[in-house]
Amino acid sequence: MRVWQGAVVYLNDPFNWTRANGILDLLVQHVTISAVAVLAAMVIAIPIGVLLGHTGRGGGFPVALSNVSRAVPTLALLTLFAVTPIGFGPRATTIALAVFAIPPILTNTYVGFRGVDRDVVEASRAMGLSERQVIVQAELPLAAPLLMTGVRTAAVQVVATATLAALVAGGGLGRIINLGFGQQDYGVVLAGAILVAALAVLTELVLSVASWALSPGEKRLPVLHGRSAPAAGPDHRAVGVAPL
Amino acid sequence: MLSAASDGVLAVDAAPNPWFDPSYVTRNWHTIVGLLGEHVRLTVGAVVLGALIALPLALLARRSRYLAGPVLGLSTLIYTIPSLAMFAFLAPITRLSATTVLIGLVLYSLVILVRNFLAGLQAVPADVREAARGMGYGPGRLLWQVDLPLALPSMMAGLRIATVSTVALVTVGVIVGHGGLGQLITGGFAANFYRAEIVTGSVGCVLLALLADLLLAGVERLLTPWSRRAAA
Repeated sequence: MRVWQGAVVYLNDPFNWTRANGILDLLVQHVTISAVAVLAAMVIAIPIGVLLGHTGRGGGFPVALSNVSRAVPTLALLTLFAVTPIGFGPRATTIALAVFAIPPILTNTYVGFRGVDRDVVEASRAMGLSERQVIVQAELPLAAPLLMTGVRTAAVQVVATATLAALVAGGGLGRIINLGFGQQDYGVVLAGAILVAALAVLTELVLSVASWALSPGEKRLPVLHGRSAPAAGPDHRAVGVAPL
Repeated sequence: MLSAASDGVLAVDAAPNPWFDPSYVTRNWHTIVGLLGEHVRLTVGAVVLGALIALPLALLARRSRYLAGPVLGLSTLIYTIPSLAMFAFLAPITRLSATTVLIGLVLYSLVILVRNFLAGLQAVPADVREAARGMGYGPGRLLWQVDLPLALPSMMAGLRIATVSTVALVTVGVIVGHGGLGQLITGGFAANFYRAEIVTGSVGCVLLALLADLLLAGVERLLTPWSRRAAA
């Protein structure tokens, strides 16, 4: 109980929020790093996924990539990038996070484009659409829900993983948890945990609503269906990700 | 001090700091093996405990849709909580012990396993169960001889994913000082960015995950001789 009180006291002190390197500063860092990482991953992964899905070649690659990436600890990659000449700091963190955001986006984009009914593609070609128009006007709307699932999965994962940057002298809300452990102050540890968990859950909710609003076609409430991964063979959870 | 920094040469850059150093591994063999042991114990413990809890939950969830909703909803929520926060939630209760890490890992593996177990059990054809019941199978025998063998591929897929993810997740346990090989990763970072130590820890984790995955794939082959016959 004392610990919870400590957490409440910490979170209730406005100074803890507004001071330099306080909660608000760390939150801005956390969100900025995450957003840049996800955008970078989208720029890299979506074109590749579209290409592979549209042509139907190299289908094993996204699946293999997401399986291998599961085996690599995020902490390892964060640390490895931090000891390269890039140096530790926001840049190394962002690159490491972007690397981890690529597999879910790539896989879901690929599965989404691959899953488009071949008859639809055939029909749009017959109607005189160019390959480019086929991709943008026929395949993209049909693949959009899965594509957005991929982005959402990646974003939630990145927001969660950005916490670990604190273990290698990076920024973000994980700093509060790390600091609390350093001071053996479990109230601060708990306060950090609450903030980080709240941000992760909030990211999931906001992006669920966003992808629901943006998805063309029949609207189903997203929250009730959870982060459903598409069925793709016996390893049907391959598209999901590990918690980080 | 200042002049050295302004020249852009720091002690850390001047000293040789190779990425791979076999002599590091031989010199620190005992430490590495000790941490590897902890890593394996935490992983096996988390997956086994997770499976023991997940199976009854999945069986319950299959019985009614009213139970399946909350079980899956709660597991999604747990899955969303970042691991560092999870350990931070548990640390005030279990302090800086391996138990903190174990409980957190059990929760995550549980989530993966419940979903896969449930998917496997739900995929068992209803008429097969009907037929077994008609042949006089009791609930225990039905579960053991019909449900589990048919759900096995999906369950094994879940076990493999849970194991590989857990191996990677153990590293986050460094926050309470019980991160298995992860200790080498943060240890090397703290020891003036000692690359050989960091790489040893990272590569060790990946190899352990791949080895565990291969082992489970072998177990799956042994347990499902019929699928091999069908493929041949």
